[in-house]
Amino acid sequence: MSGHEDGPRDGRLDRLATERMLERTWATRPGLWGWFTTVDHKLIGWRYIVTAFVFFLLAGLGAVAMRLQLARPDSTLIGPDRYNQLFTMHGTTMMFLFAVPVMEAMAVTLVPLMVGTRNIAFPRLNAFSYWVYVFGGAMIWIAFMLNVGADTGWFSYVPLAGPEYSPGKRVDLWAQMITFTEVSALAVSVELIVTILKMRAPGMTLNRIPLFCWSMLVTSFMVMFAMPAVMLASSFLIMDRLVSTQFFNPAEGGSPLLWQHLFWFFGHPEVYIIFLPALGMVSSIVATFARRPVFGHMPMVLSLVATGFLGFGLWVHHMFATGLPQLGDAMFTAASMTIAIPSGIQIFCWIATLWDGRPVWRTPLLFVAGFIVIFVIGGLTGVMLAAVPLDLQVHDSYFVVAHFHYVLIGGAVFPLFGAVYYWFPKITGRLLSERLGRWNFWLFFIGFNVAFFPMHLLGLWGMPRRVYTYPGGLGWDLGNLIASGGTLLLVLGALVFLANVWNSLRHGAIARDNPWDASTLEWATGSPPPPYNFRHIPVVTGREPLWEERASLPVVTGLRIDIRELLTTSVVDAAPEVREPSPAPSIWPLLSAIALTGLFIGSVFTPWAVVWGAIPLSVALIGWFWPKGGAGRRDPLEE
Amino acid sequence: MTPRFVEDVSALPTTGFGTRSLVWWGTLAFIAIEAMAFVLAVAAYFYLAFAGGESRWPPMHDPPDLWASTLFTVVLLASLWPNLWTKRQGEAESRRGSRIGLVVMSLFGIVLTGIRVLEWGTLNCRWDDSAYGSITWVLLGLHTLHLVTDLGDTLVLTALMFTRHAHGRRFSDVAENALYWNFVVLAWLPLCVVIYLVPRWI
Repeated sequence: MSGHEDGPRDGRLDRLATERMLERTWATRPGLWGWFTTVDHKLIGWRYIVTAFVFFLLAGLGAVAMRLQLARPDSTLIGPDRYNQLFTMHGTTMMFLFAVPVMEAMAVTLVPLMVGTRNIAFPRLNAFSYWVYVFGGAMIWIAFMLNVGADTGWFSYVPLAGPEYSPGKRVDLWAQMITFTEVSALAVSVELIVTILKMRAPGMTLNRIPLFCWSMLVTSFMVMFAMPAVMLASSFLIMDRLVSTQFFNPAEGGSPLLWQHLFWFFGHPEVYIIFLPALGMVSSIVATFARRPVFGHMPMVLSLVATGFLGFGLWVHHMFATGLPQLGDAMFTAASMTIAIPSGIQIFCWIATLWDGRPVWRTPLLFVAGFIVIFVIGGLTGVMLAAVPLDLQVHDSYFVVAHFHYVLIGGAVFPLFGAVYYWFPKITGRLLSERLGRWNFWLFFIGFNVAFFPMHLLGLWGMPRRVYTYPGGLGWDLGNLIASGGTLLLVLGALVFLANVWNSLRHGAIARDNPWDASTLEWATGSPPPPYNFRHIPVVTGREPLWEERASLPVVTGLRIDIRELLTTSVVDAAPEVREPSPAPSIWPLLSAIALTGLFIGSVFTPWAVVWGAIPLSVALIGWFWPKGGAGRRDPLEE
Repeated sequence: MTPRFVEDVSALPTTGFGTRSLVWWGTLAFIAIEAMAFVLAVAAYFYLAFAGGESRWPPMHDPPDLWASTLFTVVLLASLWPNLWTKRQGEAESRRGSRIGLVVMSLFGIVLTGIRVLEWGTLNCRWDDSAYGSITWVLLGLHTLHLVTDLGDTLVLTALMFTRHAHGRRFSDVAENALYWNFVVLAWLPLCVVIYLVPRWI
């Protein structure tokens, strides 16, 4: 340590010299090498967001294909096998490659800025998680294009997905895609938890953490305890298929229901893993555009935490039709209805905030209003589905399809689009067009309801899910045609959005640091933020830091600026503890991800890939963790 | 915004142990994830035992023999003592103590891996015989994965501590590696009961 205490510190140089030195220390090298080695949470986060939106568009195109097929009865546009792959790829991509990653991506980008630090915790793990995610997503989409697309539904129930009824490699690739995405989601969760608990700006005590960060903290804990279940399940599945284990084979003492328990023990928390970050986004947007802090900060936080716990007590409501004991059914019905309470509390708190505030109806707030309407409808059908008798009637029907699209699109995609409009200027330095934004919103809002509301009725009239066609004259023709028409409006809305992004990146109005006059720390720095995020680490004096300190921003001094150094603070009081070095760019996370990809894809074909694949993986991991630095240049991580 | 200097942090240390170390938190988080995987695997074991298709447990097999697992457990528990000693050496930033401790822990890891190889021969079932065999192999496999991973970590860290890099943050790495080993030891105790004793009890 000695001899390295005398580097230049912030606060001792003038503004320009400080910024120049920080820039040199934290900037990502230009060119391809910089692109592959960067550990800047913003670059990785934006890359993550763009990739997730590419998967969103791909899965959306899959939905368009399905709606074209279903627009009229007895259609021969798409055959049954292709249709099975389409709805499986749609659901799998939306859940595993879009919804969870995009929420984590927003957090990777925003949380370090919101808590006022220079980078995310474990930035190399962050780079690694992105590469693993993109390789896993590419794998399953390339497989789909080679006609080896997964075809057993996004939940891949056994025995259909087992070795007997699904020969070939389709399901194996699906199961490995799970492993890829869960490794990446778990890594991001650990980074976020440590960033939020240990890297908050001084003074940002527990009760001053922004609601978005709270929502990501709870989400990350949910990921930690839910994702192992699906990894275990998909590993059991791939072992049953590859090395003849008997987990799901009833003839040898296995149980197909074990799959459902493990899958839904993950799958139901998954819904909240997608939904809670969206709630955090809504809170950010509502506070800013209602021009006052969110009403009931403490009940909001407690609701998030309660949802996090209750989310683990609901999984059996996906299994009401499997003939479980009635007592179990009753308990899970009660739990499923209970979770409506914290959701309701939050809805009322936002309404109270808007009521008492002076709402400014910009595009982000429009999307929030759309969210409240659509999500409440989805929540009400959710309470209906929690009742066993009703659930048994509409199980596997289009009523369920309508319900979960109302919850997921209403509950997550609308807030997400609001969030994109809200944070786009921070990320890119330019504002999105307000006029196109309104078109985008209304096309989405009307298109969504036209597409999905008829599905409630189709389900009640008996139309089952996952059928590639239906005969005419059953009373389903008109409803399906209307639903397909709504899909076209949604496509139009998406095109408007893309045009808006494209155009605004070039000609959009230049954003100031804080174009909405918002209260959280990410708006205290440039738009886009410099590589080091903040010239000086801010000090937080209240729950809405930028509204409390309008004249000037209190900051700390004394961090090294010639090496990557940031500040860690205590968990509860956010008192400064350590000047923590932050890892420099490295190629090893990418190489480790490539080695891991080789291992995972190899193990679809032979179990020995796990053994041989472990060798390059170990080499890459040792390369990653071995301290660098030749004579005369010592890695700050060594200090 | 215009900055207003209110606090100077230049006197803070650049490394910390325990809750002051980011890697400690990361290690704890990964331990929690892996513990959850163990819990779920054990739950799957009992689900298959009680709600699967078998009338006997284990079906058509003898329960696993006890000698290898007993030996493994005794040696594993014995490793706690040098492990905790190594942790203290790391926390005291003692280079010599850390080196000695890590060498001893590497030897423990190698011996335990050897015993584990023998243990596979005492299970009295194959992974593809029955669901019982499958879940028994997976439980032992999960623990073996942790054993081997931590042995790998320990060997690399041991090598590292004999290079010029053996200073500063490496000492908190020593402490966190020992923390992870504690988890490998403690996780084994319930797994051992499930794999070796439960088939004798139910």
